Amino acid sequence: MNFDPTVFWQALTSDTFRQGAITAIALTVVAQLTAVVIGLVLAVMRGSGNRLLRGISWTYVWIFRAIPTLVQLLFVWNALPQLFPSLVESWFSPFLAAWLALSINEGAYMAEIVRSGLLAIDEGQQLAARALGMTPLSVFRRVVLPQVIRVIIPPTANEFITMLKITSLASAISLQELLTYTQQSISITFRFAEYYAAAAIYYLVIVSVFMAFQAWLERRFLWSSQRGGGERRFVTALRGMGAR
Amino acid sequence: MTDHKPLLDPALLGAEVVEPVSTVASGPLLEAVDIRKRYGRNEVLRGVSFGVERGDVKAVLGPSGSGKSTLLRCLALLEPIDSGQVRLEGRTVGVRSSGRAARLPERELAHQRRDIGMVFQRFNLFPHLTALGNVMLGLTEVRGRSKAEAAQVAGDMLERVGLGARVRFYPSELSGGQQQRVAIARALVMNPKVMLFDEPTSALDPELVGEVLAVMEELAREGMTMVVVTHEIGFAKRVASRVIMMDEGEIVEDGTPTEFFGSPRHERTRRFLEAVH
Repeated sequence: MNFDPTVFWQALTSDTFRQGAITAIALTVVAQLTAVVIGLVLAVMRGSGNRLLRGISWTYVWIFRAIPTLVQLLFVWNALPQLFPSLVESWFSPFLAAWLALSINEGAYMAEIVRSGLLAIDEGQQLAARALGMTPLSVFRRVVLPQVIRVIIPPTANEFITMLKITSLASAISLQELLTYTQQSISITFRFAEYYAAAAIYYLVIVSVFMAFQAWLERRFLWSSQRGGGERRFVTALRGMGAR
Repeated sequence: MTDHKPLLDPALLGAEVVEPVSTVASGPLLEAVDIRKRYGRNEVLRGVSFGVERGDVKAVLGPSGSGKSTLLRCLALLEPIDSGQVRLEGRTVGVRSSGRAARLPERELAHQRRDIGMVFQRFNLFPHLTALGNVMLGLTEVRGRSKAEAAQVAGDMLERVGLGARVRFYPSELSGGQQQRVAIARALVMNPKVMLFDEPTSALDPELVGEVLAVMEELAREGMTMVVVTHEIGFAKRVASRVIMMDEGEIVEDGTPTEFFGSPRHERTRRFLEAVH
């Protein structure tokens, strides 16, 4: 087999790969968190009594789920500056464009996830909270939202992982992320296996960290008095991750 | 119950319980005036009228589907009514006081609901909060108490319903009877003028019914005004000051327990009592 461990190791420990990984993680986190907020707003709009708000929410999900993510990415990066010349400025970086495109796109998916979470909450919960004299905002924040979060953790974690992989699409708009660096290195050295393997290791490690965080978060939302202290909780969470 | 502290303690609950005598209106504390309510073609309440005097315990009996639960939700201002009035201390609640009887916006309804406590058949405790957290929530969110103060008051109230050792437990870790007692504490801690119970023991295993009824009896003895939708004939006989029979969205009988169970006037009441005995 023609696999050069030295090249592989050099790639794995190189500054460029680390830089690329950091960019990918940063983009994943900001884009996904923005998408969660967009999804939350859309889902609440969808459940409202106002027909206009419901319509806007439905249309958003319809449009941005239908158009391929790559098309949306290219549109934001190439077409938007043409439509709005003020975006030609240097502050409109590939990172910003990718953040915008990916969170708008992902927001449509998160809207459906949050909506399913809202539907999962027993209607007696709102009834009891209203009976106490709580205002609508208070009912949502203190009673509905915590329960929705618990329901949507697993599918949202899925979306996080998907988002990490989708960030590699941003290499198409010259964002210097993990895949871009991999391609550049390969174009110089023609060592495919070593560089792809190094990139794969990075993705594996990053996803593992996400999964550990998910397991920890799920334990926090167990709502049991038997929940242990902080450290023990994290260790059990890691163990729980291995068992899956 | 093992503890002897009263459930209602003005000093514990705060100053708002002490009412100047002048504002205490004569007449019923809570009054339903010709309440009508329909869901689509189904007329659930067909002109229901009755009053509950201060300190009264009104038991509401009737077959399922007779509109008892809907009536309670209307009284709790959780459901809009099509026509009629709900009066609390002589004041019409749930609608604008001037002009046409338009329903108040949810924010203003929320304000009026603070005076009405509600206990549900399926408890409806908040699963993400401990027993203490459940009882505290109304105090911090609605009454504007500090967390420390609310924890103190809520802990005391849980002790009064016999759950002092369970404050840190989550609803999923409590028996049905314990959950319902937490739910009663959650409503009671808000210091309501009237407590509404919607079949509070119907979802309980038979051996757990007693502990919930004991708390309710204690509450009645201490003078709380209560409306109790129930299938517990024994409780109605023992505790209620008046018993109502509902059937097909109407009140068909309204009397003292002695009258109601001894010599029911209406044929439907007689048939119902035979069926449940």
